[in-house]
Amino acid sequence: MSFTLDRVGLIHPGGNAPEQRALRAVSIDAARGERLAIIGPSGAGKTSLLRILASAIRPTEGRVSVLGQNPWQLTGSQLKRLRSRIGFVRQSPPLPPRQRAITAVIAGRLGEWPWWKSALSLIYPVDIAGPRDELARLDLADRLFDRCDRLSGGQLQRVGVARVLYQRPDLLLADEPISALDPALADLTVSELHSEAESRGATLVASLHAVDVALRRFPRVIGLKAGEVIFDLPPAKVSDAVLSDLYASETVMLPPREPRPSDLPADGCVPADLPGGGRPDGAVPPRAI
Amino acid sequence: MPSGFRPQRDPDALRRAGWALAALLVLWPILRVAEFNPADLFDARNLEVMGGFLGQFFPPNLSIDFLALALKATMETLAMATAGTALAMLLAAPLGLMLSHSLSISRIGPGPGRGAGRASRALVRGVLLVLRGIPELVWALLMVRAFGLGPAAGVIAIALTYGGMLGKVYSEILESGDTRPARELLESGSGRLMAFFYGLLPGAGQELASYTIYRWECAVRASVVMGFVGAGGLGQLMDQSMKMLNGGEVSTMLAIFLLLVLLADAFSVFLRKLLA
Repeated sequence: MSFTLDRVGLIHPGGNAPEQRALRAVSIDAARGERLAIIGPSGAGKTSLLRILASAIRPTEGRVSVLGQNPWQLTGSQLKRLRSRIGFVRQSPPLPPRQRAITAVIAGRLGEWPWWKSALSLIYPVDIAGPRDELARLDLADRLFDRCDRLSGGQLQRVGVARVLYQRPDLLLADEPISALDPALADLTVSELHSEAESRGATLVASLHAVDVALRRFPRVIGLKAGEVIFDLPPAKVSDAVLSDLYASETVMLPPREPRPSDLPADGCVPADLPGGGRPDGAVPPRAI
Repeated sequence: MPSGFRPQRDPDALRRAGWALAALLVLWPILRVAEFNPADLFDARNLEVMGGFLGQFFPPNLSIDFLALALKATMETLAMATAGTALAMLLAAPLGLMLSHSLSISRIGPGPGRGAGRASRALVRGVLLVLRGIPELVWALLMVRAFGLGPAAGVIAIALTYGGMLGKVYSEILESGDTRPARELLESGSGRLMAFFYGLLPGAGQELASYTIYRWECAVRASVVMGFVGAGGLGQLMDQSMKMLNGGEVSTMLAIFLLLVLLADAFSVFLRKLLA
């Protein structure tokens, strides 16, 4: 078993504001090597769920087991070792602007390397071929020695992906890894995440706004809404009714998913938060993409 | 529109004015306690005394003999300030890293060792407080008794006080910038030191360097003051000149101070450009 979430709940302590419930009774199991997509509207709790899997936040209730261990019963050094086996691609990776891409990628192995190797790499990179290969997989090999402040948002996002590929984690988490990428690069990036997971038997969990990518590329799709799992199905069984149930709220309607260049953003995501995008004829849009 | 709703008025204005008034009310008695009376500065008799004191400063003493003496003392002062600041950095860097919240692993989750982390931060905070709470002059008086008259006492005094100041400010600089890169590294199993080098230093390096140089500049001035209590350098020379009412020598040394501060400033600008 790669991970088990058993009736996991999360309440964000509010400080002055009222506390917020981010997750409610979430139970998900994933075997080693499984590949899951998590979809759902903004604020559904996708990031919170991934951060719990990453052992970065402790759930308020329920039981978590990641790579066979309960992270919150480990000692400090065991937890550190567990975290070094979990890779987390951020939506907008926090990379220091003055850092070079190669250093940012090398940082993926800080948890694995002895300190002297990491320290040496600050002066002269111990491994140049490795980071270059990972960047090359994402079509960025020529930016290896560029500083991060010279890269565009989409390039930074791919440097973040390359760092996690270089980390070689057993559990690969990705929080909207393609939100800043054009459709071709998004496809390439998702392919590389899959082939990485496949070749090393790692588990892949990705949250996505691009519903079409989730349905087309992932063998298992989980719908999350208001902190609850509302479906956990193979993509063939995710019907349009299920989808409009996931995204529609009382005030916002799901726009048609027929590709219309004029209202599709560059990254190809479904603009679930645009109000009133329904077609005048009220027809159910075909799942064409 | 409801009658009570007037969007053209800033709802915070009254509160701000209140705070400003309160600050003035607090400041006034403080000035009284400090016996601050600007009129004294322009009192005719005081002006005459000050004028006489300043008058001794001219012309500056530029004889070769004295300049050689001043150069040797300047070197001593610079060495004292530089060695003291370097030792202070060595002391402050580990303490600052320990104190900084942005490099705390146990706060993630929160995970195990949270109590120990909190306790060690409290301890470090206490150590830094004692180090910088005691003025360098007092440390110097103490060290002169251990090391005898000379710059060594000044070096240790600067290292201790400035170590306390640098450690506190280092930890604050590391918390005030973008701490997410370090947090991300800690969340993927990196150690604290490497999370600092890979996650925080690229963003904070410039500010850390320029604050350290500013402290070096302060150390040059402080080492002069400590010279008055026997820690050598320009201060000791100045003490002697003043006691012998030799204003020309004092003004030469003041010019040297200005030059040193200018030098520190130029170096700081250069380093900031280098790190930009």
